[in-house]
Amino acid sequence: METWKQSKAVFWTLATPGTLWLAIFFVAPLAIIWGLSFAEKTSIVDTEITGTLSNYIRALGTPVYLKIIWKSIWISALATLMCLIIAFPIAFVVAFAPDKWKPILLMAVILPFWINLLIRTYALISVFRTRGFVNFGLEWLWDGANSILAFIGLGPAVLGAFEPLQMLYNNFAVIAGLVYVYMPFMVLPLYATIERLDKSFLEASLDLGASQARTFWSVVFPLTMPGIVSGIILVFIPCLGSFLTPDLLGGTNATMIGNVIERQFKAANDWPFGAALSFLLMYATFGALALRSLFAGRKSGMEV
Amino acid sequence: MDQPIVSIENVAKHFGTVKAVDDVTFDIQQNEFFALLGPSGCGKTTLLRMIAGLEVPTGGAIVIDGQDMAATPPNHRPVNMVFQSYAVFPHMTVEENVAYGLKVTGTPRSEIGPRVTDALGMVQLAELAKRNPDQLSGGQRQRVALARALVKRPKVLLLDEPLSALDAKLREQMQLELSHLQQRVGITFIIVTHDQDEALSMADRIAVMNDGRVTQIAAPDTLYENPTTRFVADFIGKVNLLDGRVVGTEGERVAVEADRLGRITVPHEGDASGDVSLVVRPEKITLANTEPDGDVIKSQGKVTDWAYYGDTSHMFVTMDSGLVMSAKVQNTTRETVDNFDVGDTVWLSFSPSDVLLLRE
Amino acid sequence: MSEIAGTNKAASPGGRAIAGPRGRRMTIGPLEYGRRFWLRCFVAATFLLLYAPIFTLIIFSFNDSRRNIVWRGFTFKYYEKAWNNDGLFEAFTNSLTIAVLTTIIATILGAMVALLLWRYRFPGKPAYEGFMALPIVIPEICMGVAMLAFFSRIGWPSGMPWPLNLSAITIAHIAFTFPFVAIVVRARMAGFNRELEEASKDLGASEWQTFMNVIVPFMRPGLIAGALLAFTLSLDDFVITFFTAGPETVTFPVKVYSMVRFSVTPEVNAASTALIVITVLATIVAMRFQTPDKTEAT
Repeated sequence: METWKQSKAVFWTLATPGTLWLAIFFVAPLAIIWGLSFAEKTSIVDTEITGTLSNYIRALGTPVYLKIIWKSIWISALATLMCLIIAFPIAFVVAFAPDKWKPILLMAVILPFWINLLIRTYALISVFRTRGFVNFGLEWLWDGANSILAFIGLGPAVLGAFEPLQMLYNNFAVIAGLVYVYMPFMVLPLYATIERLDKSFLEASLDLGASQARTFWSVVFPLTMPGIVSGIILVFIPCLGSFLTPDLLGGTNATMIGNVIERQFKAANDWPFGAALSFLLMYATFGALALRSLFAGRKSGMEV
Repeated sequence: MDQPIVSIENVAKHFGTVKAVDDVTFDIQQNEFFALLGPSGCGKTTLLRMIAGLEVPTGGAIVIDGQDMAATPPNHRPVNMVFQSYAVFPHMTVEENVAYGLKVTGTPRSEIGPRVTDALGMVQLAELAKRNPDQLSGGQRQRVALARALVKRPKVLLLDEPLSALDAKLREQMQLELSHLQQRVGITFIIVTHDQDEALSMADRIAVMNDGRVTQIAAPDTLYENPTTRFVADFIGKVNLLDGRVVGTEGERVAVEADRLGRITVPHEGDASGDVSLVVRPEKITLANTEPDGDVIKSQGKVTDWAYYGDTSHMFVTMDSGLVMSAKVQNTTRETVDNFDVGDTVWLSFSPSDVLLLRE
Repeated sequence: MSEIAGTNKAASPGGRAIAGPRGRRMTIGPLEYGRRFWLRCFVAATFLLLYAPIFTLIIFSFNDSRRNIVWRGFTFKYYEKAWNNDGLFEAFTNSLTIAVLTTIIATILGAMVALLLWRYRFPGKPAYEGFMALPIVIPEICMGVAMLAFFSRIGWPSGMPWPLNLSAITIAHIAFTFPFVAIVVRARMAGFNRELEEASKDLGASEWQTFMNVIVPFMRPGLIAGALLAFTLSLDDFVITFFTAGPETVTFPVKVYSMVRFSVTPEVNAASTALIVITVLATIVAMRFQTPDKTEAT
């Protein structure tokens, strides 16, 4: 590695295009939004930046919006937790699989991630619908159970009519959808950390008398914490800002921040308010990242 | 002697088509310092791990203290292991590491403290009890691993290449310490090593392994002076290996036509015929400027190479016949090195009783 | 599971061992988690649940039924319908164009940034790296609305002829994909042996020659992987495109979105399947290019 001064010309040639692009087409737009968050609507189409905090106050003060913010947080948290619980065993199995299986298994986990978010969410609709596959399957089992009970003489249709589960357009659907969509995001960092873990630690723990469960909690979990934190952040933040999944799967019952923001910029045309909400989301993102680097800094001695 | 503490019975471990361990059977006695010695890939570490329960044998049985371990996972075996990388838990202090094995098996809190202190005292780490592993040197971490294993009072302590990561001086020191430790604690130690010096100096008995099989098990001096196979003779120590054919007997001795050395007679017990290997250790060979007399096997040659080790010198002498033999010369005086130079003509001689006849 | 051994210590008189309390021989090593029954079931079930919706979607794109709930027969007619659907076709062309343009520019920008970070030390480097990582961490919706506000604020002309009407979307796509390319290329360059470069210079090559003949060939797999990544990200993007697109410019995912909201017909499935196939092919090709790492590194 050289210092930039050693070949200034090359340095600036390489540095300028990318930096300029981000500055103009990323930072500037974000700055505009930031400014907008302090603006007021002066007419149907005009806004003026007055430095007001009314948008933020409305976002955090009004019960309606506070409720939505709160709901977004707990839905995201729940989805993240479920991702963690499901992803960990998968990451574990792949990390301990024979070498020739690892790339195949990883590919299998990552592939859905490459498929369009929209399509994956849409695919879930046909699964969760009232007249969708899960309900079809359950109905089939239900009827089957009915038949068996009738057969042994308990009378016809003892279990009554099948009530299809309402799995769409509610919180359940949104959480399931988020888990379905973001699961691969959790598996990868977990896999990376578990893979790098010295297997002797587990063997030593077992050798010293700990059970598999105890080995997991006392040795594996603490030593893979950096990966766990990475995974949590990689899932929680997109969940928090998700808009498509609650839109398609949640209906009106499960609105999240993302939906409200979208409405402000499209239908409701209240850009300042939408900007304030967007920036609240950004602050949350930065907060989570800051927490993560704080955490990483403290435990740096543990980096295996 | 009562029953062996560890019995390996026809144990095999196959990884696909590779036979890492191929039908091994032997016993290890109580309170023995036992070594598994061999080149890399010979199966010694796999065998050790099977005793620990970290690998499952493909065939055969491992019996520890009279109990077949087939259904016993590693956390329930009366053995403990010191890993090659030490595997000291980085997220726990030294104390917590040593206490770990006691905590997870439900030892009462009141008992853990004193036992941990004792164990740390045994490896001279008492003052470092509250330190984090990343603040320790390699040698210190190894002691933590030792204390952690010994505090559990296992019947057998397994050590996987314990000295390979240490530098020469530390290695010597640890060799002595481990020997003393074993005698003090009074349990069986099984170590795995590829370093024959380690094995020879520390072990009571050594099993030499090659290609998944045990070639010879014996005490160090027996292995050195009476190897049973060419492989063992070559693997342990430096050696001169000559090919030969038995051509007859001469009184109590066997006459052998040695390749490029000529006809020699060698004392040998038992039968000998056909193609044989002759083993002569370099330190049994004497170099002289004048022709020696007496009952010796001798040959004249030129010094063609010379490796200096400070306390000894290894001289390579090439005979007219083309045969090269090496002799170890002790630098007993400060002028010894001046005695022979590369290019000098010397007489090389050794006693017939210092020649070992091997049947392959 | 296993229980505490050691309750049966006495050896029989003949010296033969007595089996442990449960007597069931272990066949799986303690760390062979991939071979444990319940873990295998769990992983299999997860994969099943992960892929089942997608496969059903693909299968039902061949369903001969308008409302697409029950299987009525195999047909390609919805693929035909999708193909003939002008709006859909136009949207697809738009998406492809944007993706290609994005890929070209994003790869160049990303490679430059990667080389910069790989090669040079400079003050504020950690901050710069954070800056470059921003588009990756920021929630997509924030970036989407930001682009919308930006283009309307600066009065970006609308109603331009094709392909200029795709310019706003393309610019936005480039902005959020090139940092990904930078990461991929940088990861590749991390394995570069500097001595190769030094040897080249030692033999008399100039900076530029060394760059073209030694560094670029090594970078190539990273460039290809990065390019494919940018392509996929652009082609699949919904959120940012949704906000940045004007009323007349429609891209493929956005079009599919409106179709989904409208009605769930096999046509949507057909369009989705087409997108899946393209994406999967692109991914597999990218993976293929990732593997010749070891042979090229020396």
